[in-house]
Amino acid sequence: MNLSMKWLSDFVKLKVEPREFSERMSLSGSKVEGWEIEGEEIKNVVIGKILSIDPHPDADKLVVCQVDVGEAEPIQIVTGATNVFPGAVVPVAKDKSILPGGKEIRKGKLRGVVSNGMLCSLGELGLTAHDFPYAIEDGIFIIEEDCQVGQDIRSAIGLDDTCVEFEITPNRPDCLSVMGLAREVAVTFGKELTLHKPKVQHETGDIHEMLSVDVKNPQLCRRYVAKMVKNIKIEPSPRWLRERLRASGVRPINNIVDITNYVMLEYGQPMHAFDYKYVKGGKIVVRNAQEGESIMTLDGIDRKLSPDMLVICDEEKPSAVAGVMGGEYSGIMDDTSTIVFESACFLGSSVRTTARKLGMRTESSARFEKGLDSETCIPAVMRACELVEMLGAGEVVGGMIDVDNAGYQPTEILLNPQWINEFIGIDVSRDEMVSILEQLGCHMEGDTITVPSFRQDLEHKADIAEEIARFHGYDKIPSTAIRGTAQGALTEYQKFERTVTNTLLAQGCYEISTYSFISPKYYDKICLPSDSPLRNSVVILNPLGEDTSVMRTIVVPSMMETLSRNYNNRNASASLFELANEYIPVEGQELPDENPIITIGQYGEAHDFFTLKGTIENLLSVLGITDISVQADSSIPYYHPGRCARIFTGETELGTLGEIHPQVAENYGIDTRVYVARLDCSALFASEHSEKEYHPLPKFPATTRDLALLCDDELPVQSIEKAIRSGAGKILEQVELFDIYKGKQIPEGKKSVAYNITMRSPDRTLTDEDVGKAMNKILKNLSDLNVSIRG
Amino acid sequence: MKAALEAIRQKIVVELQEAHDMQTLENIRVKFLGKKGELTAILKQMGKLSAEERPVIGQLANEIRAFMEDHIATRTAQLKNELTQQKLKSEKLDVTLPGKKNPLGKKHPLNIVLDEIEEIFLGMGFSIATGPEVELDYYNFEALNMPKDHPARDTQDTFYVSDNVVLRTQTSPMQVRVMEKQKPPIRIIAPGRVYRSDAVDATHSPLFHQIEGLVVDKGITMADLKGTLEIFVKRLYGEDSVVRFRPHHFPFTEPSAELDCMCFNCHGEGCRLCKGEGWIEILGCGMVHPKVLSNCGIDPEVYSGFAFGMGLERLVMRRFNIDDMRLLYENDLRFLNQF
Repeated sequence: MNLSMKWLSDFVKLKVEPREFSERMSLSGSKVEGWEIEGEEIKNVVIGKILSIDPHPDADKLVVCQVDVGEAEPIQIVTGATNVFPGAVVPVAKDKSILPGGKEIRKGKLRGVVSNGMLCSLGELGLTAHDFPYAIEDGIFIIEEDCQVGQDIRSAIGLDDTCVEFEITPNRPDCLSVMGLAREVAVTFGKELTLHKPKVQHETGDIHEMLSVDVKNPQLCRRYVAKMVKNIKIEPSPRWLRERLRASGVRPINNIVDITNYVMLEYGQPMHAFDYKYVKGGKIVVRNAQEGESIMTLDGIDRKLSPDMLVICDEEKPSAVAGVMGGEYSGIMDDTSTIVFESACFLGSSVRTTARKLGMRTESSARFEKGLDSETCIPAVMRACELVEMLGAGEVVGGMIDVDNAGYQPTEILLNPQWINEFIGIDVSRDEMVSILEQLGCHMEGDTITVPSFRQDLEHKADIAEEIARFHGYDKIPSTAIRGTAQGALTEYQKFERTVTNTLLAQGCYEISTYSFISPKYYDKICLPSDSPLRNSVVILNPLGEDTSVMRTIVVPSMMETLSRNYNNRNASASLFELANEYIPVEGQELPDENPIITIGQYGEAHDFFTLKGTIENLLSVLGITDISVQADSSIPYYHPGRCARIFTGETELGTLGEIHPQVAENYGIDTRVYVARLDCSALFASEHSEKEYHPLPKFPATTRDLALLCDDELPVQSIEKAIRSGAGKILEQVELFDIYKGKQIPEGKKSVAYNITMRSPDRTLTDEDVGKAMNKILKNLSDLNVSIRG
Repeated sequence: MKAALEAIRQKIVVELQEAHDMQTLENIRVKFLGKKGELTAILKQMGKLSAEERPVIGQLANEIRAFMEDHIATRTAQLKNELTQQKLKSEKLDVTLPGKKNPLGKKHPLNIVLDEIEEIFLGMGFSIATGPEVELDYYNFEALNMPKDHPARDTQDTFYVSDNVVLRTQTSPMQVRVMEKQKPPIRIIAPGRVYRSDAVDATHSPLFHQIEGLVVDKGITMADLKGTLEIFVKRLYGEDSVVRFRPHHFPFTEPSAELDCMCFNCHGEGCRLCKGEGWIEILGCGMVHPKVLSNCGIDPEVYSGFAFGMGLERLVMRRFNIDDMRLLYENDLRFLNQF
């Protein structure tokens, strides 16, 4: 909402700089976004009168003017304009003047003739013909205003208003008006608010003989007030009115349209004017649109209507979309002679839905949709008629049609000063509270506050507390500490998450943050089969685009996307992780399951399957998860079939890891090997043993043995290790694979593996016999697996 | 014999002077003092001496043995020192060569700041709550005093999954979920992802993060709200931060406020960073609306509370001087490496 300070002065007399004004208004709850001082940039531009015009000696298209600018001598200015004449009153940008946009004018020579400045057009002053309808845009602005030669152009043409832009919150539609803001200003600055009751001097005839109003849907049309004006003379509005509209950001059109806009801005009540000759049958019907109906709105667009939309019709067809925009054919034209002013109160939610469906948000709909005051309809329409009379734009017809279904009942709230003081933490006297409320338009009777009709946002004692708090001043509320003690602590799960993050960071993984929605096409990119249950995602009905249209059921595409971006940005290697959700729809459940997942993704020289596996093993070790086993898996479509594993603790699956299938990598434009792991946080958390226990350091020496073995290439080393472990039994301390070899000297289809076995007893030095026994058992176990000692 | 003894005394001094490594030194020791060494060889002839001469020569021999041992020890120490010096000299490093780095991972900037904020509130006795991102319309709007058709819904462009299910547009539904489950006293923050259908640009993203806060107990006042949030801002931005509370409107708090922090750049004068206002908006807050308390089964006549919510991205961007929000989700290592 743009507030003209000149307009404001009709209601509140106030002398204050824009900066202080803005600051104080913001702090009392009307947030100022900024302000603009009209003509602020313009310097040294004055009213001049052309005394004489002579041809330029060396240029056919230029003339030399002598201009009286109120100085001792006239000044000489050369111009190329053709609409100047002796006696014309014009804007003169003198030597060293500045025009809007910072354009500087200096004296100079035009084709050898001295020119001491420039005569200005509307455009050069930042204006258009809407601001001065009598002037042309293509030529010098010939001024027809009452002004003095030498006067500053800004005051002469009324370009000296200050316009303050407010951000109005949706609960305060009353502040989408000059009067509403004036009330806030008056209370904020402790000034008197001067309100004006509109009066019409002369009325002729009776509206009821010319018009009837039939409201078919009283729920959506809470009140409909009509007043008529005849013998209309359509012409431009006077300057003061145009100036105020311009300062408020509304383009002046003609007197009648301007009046409706003026009243809307002043009262916050949208108005509409119909040309009476297009109200067929002299009948206004307010009803829902019929199936298949359409209307050409004032902006020249044909709009299809639907039956949930409220329309204003004559006997035959819609002439306006209620509260949104009027129709073109019943609009005000130059030949309009009789009009109907509509001042109505439509249901906010209905206007909101209609405007949204039609894709048009107007000044009118923006006000209606917040819920307007039905009690403003009559004062607003009277103000419009008063302005018609004041402007001599027509004759007001007697009487008024008022269909009131609003059933307005004033809200009453009990004033409880003690509760307010305790709730806010202040100590304001009852008298001060009453004074604030009365200035806001509340009526007090004992402890009963009667809320004014335009403040429908005041419903509860907490609302009253806010009014007191903000005008008393939020800055005057003390700052206190919450009483009582409280334990602030992380939950076990939150600690677990921090451990995971810290362990992965310590292993060189960078943390990332990706969008949780993806494109369903990403499932193709990771080669999920068409019948994969993972394709069943939570679908967003109104996505921004396909790329963000479903909630991911799997984090892998997000990680691949990120790896791909880094790869394409020529980052030579990457090791990334994210702890984020997968969203799994569940049959019979309104909300999906949101499962937290750790994703790790790597590519580059330092990374392979086993570095990724090592990272995970370290993580599991920190989490105290033991009894880990892996199973090769060739069935997961986005993994390399020979380089993928599921990882378990006991029987519980913790997740998967592996090299990304080359086809998937190619789909992401990565032509190097990519490794991704996906670990289920819930499973990890359930298996975590965060309690650690100390084991005494060994007191007795260890015995080590090396074993070089030969086995089938296909045999997973995990089973050899198992055989060693179970063979050695309790005295086993560590088994380490230190070499694996295929090739020369090894038969085809075989591999050589070498282990280092450490054995130790906690209570004595092992004898050769102890170790011999263990080794025999190990060899027995190995021979069962068809593993032989390599001689 | 005396002369012979005196001669080896001279000899060893010369030889020791010329010894420049430990092996030579050892050879000298063996040569003079060893079982088959020169001194022994001379002493073997002691038998030939007279009884008067024997003690005199014996004493001299002992003296010369001591002399030689002493000289060898001194020379050994000297040479060791020389060798050490030489070794140290030869081992000199160019300390300006780059360090050998172990791989290092870094936290995402969003979580750097989030962790900091969580620490501050944990220290003030708050716990951390989390909840669903795909949320019921009821929790996201209705229970928060925003029924269907409420104009305030327009300010939050919502992603819908069905008529009743949305992607939460704010972390405020966590207020309701916590109050439904937990009896006062309540003191929580609830960080998380939120969604609004804003097209992606330098300052907007359809997914961003908020941190919600909620305190409910008997006798909680707006002064408590001010006190708590002032401490928060001072911990986050430093003791000298200046804050102001400005009236605002949220459907689920009454009274409502926005907390502004005086611009760190211009200290209130107005500059490009604060768009000329001198103040930067940090968070929204207010006293929990009595209707919201009732909706959650908490009697507003007995309990009161305050709530607040802030956007994490803006705090992060300001902290690190990041000018484009998209960088936070692109996760380019050249970006992530800077934090």
